[in-house]
Amino acid sequence: MERLLPGQAPVLTPGHTLETITDKIVSIVLRRPVTLGWVGGFVFFFGLMNVLLFAMAYLFFRGVGIWGINVPVGWGFAIVNFVWWVGIGHAGTLISAILLLLKQGWRNSINRFAEAMTLFAVACAGVFPLIHTGRPWLAYWLFPYPNTMGVWPQFRSPLLWDVFAVSTYATISALFWFVGLIPDLATFRDTAQNPVAKKIYGLLALGWRGSARHWKRYESAYLLLAGLATPLVLSVHTVVSFDFAISIVPGWHTTVFPPYFVAGAIYSGFAMVLVLAIPIRKFYGVQDMMTMRHLDNAAKVMLGTGLIVAYGYSMEAFYAYYSGNIYEFFVLKNRMLGPLAWSYWCLILFNVLIPQLLWIRKVRQNTLALFCTSLVVLLGMWLERFVIVVTSLHRDFLPSSWGMYTATRWDYAIYVGTLGLFFCAMFLFVRLMPMITIFEMRMLLPQSRVTSSEAAHD
Amino acid sequence: MTDSTILHGVVAEYVTPDALVAACKQARKAGYRRMDAYSPFPLEEAADAIGFEKTQVPLLTLIGGILGGLTGYGLQYWVNLSAYPLNIGGRPLHSWPSFIIITFEMTILFAGITAVVGMLTLNGLPQPYHPIFNHPRFTAASRDRFFLCIEATDDHFDRAETRRFLEATDAVDVAEVAD
Repeated sequence: MERLLPGQAPVLTPGHTLETITDKIVSIVLRRPVTLGWVGGFVFFFGLMNVLLFAMAYLFFRGVGIWGINVPVGWGFAIVNFVWWVGIGHAGTLISAILLLLKQGWRNSINRFAEAMTLFAVACAGVFPLIHTGRPWLAYWLFPYPNTMGVWPQFRSPLLWDVFAVSTYATISALFWFVGLIPDLATFRDTAQNPVAKKIYGLLALGWRGSARHWKRYESAYLLLAGLATPLVLSVHTVVSFDFAISIVPGWHTTVFPPYFVAGAIYSGFAMVLVLAIPIRKFYGVQDMMTMRHLDNAAKVMLGTGLIVAYGYSMEAFYAYYSGNIYEFFVLKNRMLGPLAWSYWCLILFNVLIPQLLWIRKVRQNTLALFCTSLVVLLGMWLERFVIVVTSLHRDFLPSSWGMYTATRWDYAIYVGTLGLFFCAMFLFVRLMPMITIFEMRMLLPQSRVTSSEAAHD
Repeated sequence: MTDSTILHGVVAEYVTPDALVAACKQARKAGYRRMDAYSPFPLEEAADAIGFEKTQVPLLTLIGGILGGLTGYGLQYWVNLSAYPLNIGGRPLHSWPSFIIITFEMTILFAGITAVVGMLTLNGLPQPYHPIFNHPRFTAASRDRFFLCIEATDDHFDRAETRRFLEATDAVDVAEVAD
């Protein structure tokens, strides 16, 4: 497998039939015993998730003063992590919706777990706006509902746009994921031996029986969802970038933000897809379904979006100089030479320089190198949001109001905790749900096509 | 199965999608209308062959989307002009450009929910019981086999005749299924 060259690597290794595809994916959940490695990983990330719960409990008890935020830097890790997590989610929607519309057959084996990744990433992202409000028990005030106070949300604020964009995104992603699961859950219902499992999968499958009429409506709804999710995913990170771009803070007030945020989101999302896909395909032996072709394509998407991000950085710097605005230019100088210059140069190294390795085919064909590059990109994209948020805020117009930002252990605890939540959910997902879309894999088989003239359209 | 059992229909089993689609076409040509094909993956040709060519899902989704857009814009318009007018930086109360994003998001939200709920409702799902599951080998329909069921409610349905008709197709097995 690993020795095949791009262009030759098939999306699905030849030799599969309808039975073998079904059996292979179903057996991962229904027949494979729980391994020590899975338990170990799960316990580790479950522990990290409890760090999140503990840190949140302390946060609710003491308030946001336990974080490193202060008066010039009122947005710290909370927004950095929020944007990072939402961005990671975007690759899932890109794979499941945009690649579906573009008829990219290779998406079929990675879309399911990428959609799960989207859901869990959005859940992690959702933690931050909620807890950063200071009084999270009043977070429902963000939604427009008739109340005794007689007040309504401020619809001209990008922060409220964000509430609508992210909650719509979470809802549509969940629907897309569940609709995609229904036929596979029916397969699980029909295969499961354990009566409890059979009952649960049966309930979730909603009585799906694979009727031709159902399939037709199903395909129609699925395609429509993909068509709706495509502009949605582009809008979500655009709106997230408006949180910054609509303000007048130097370093934020720029029109390049929406496209470069969207590209950055897909960049980090594909990095996370690779970070998850490389171990999953190895440990669960699904290299014949998630082939080198998938990894190669994902690496190329990363390279492409990475170049857009690099263009964004250079335009940001160029316009800071070319605009002639002294505050913009100062932010640029401060980013490159100020007290937080390390974060800027690490960002350039991680997001612009190191990923250029992906031009080399040998790197794209080497799973370890690809895994490490993806980790570097994830770190780089986190730093990008850190640079945008912190270096812009800590020194703005008036030197008398300058300050400095240092994250506390609670900032780190909550960030690491969301990683625990994310991976914990992914661990449960691969053991409980079909991580590869079974019915779409069946459609990749040559024997699934209607060929004979008798059966073809007349 | 005794002769007095109420039938749901006669079910033929096929190994390839080709055989299923060909049988669907023959059945339609023979005058059968109340029938359904079952396959482990979407088979548009089968839906066409049994005469199910148009779905209402796109229309419903369009209506849902339009309603969502109107709701989003209407809510903002009403809140800003009537329920809670706020002067923000001297901008007009009806500052429509800043209403576009929420209008867009609500359009997508309503359209997406309508597409899913509409699809499930038209399909009659969730449905805990369906007679086709009485077929002893029907679990293979979610795995690797294809089924065609000619239902007893069809005008042309005749227990023996329909059975003979299905046996003449490429079926590997023909069975009667109780209602």
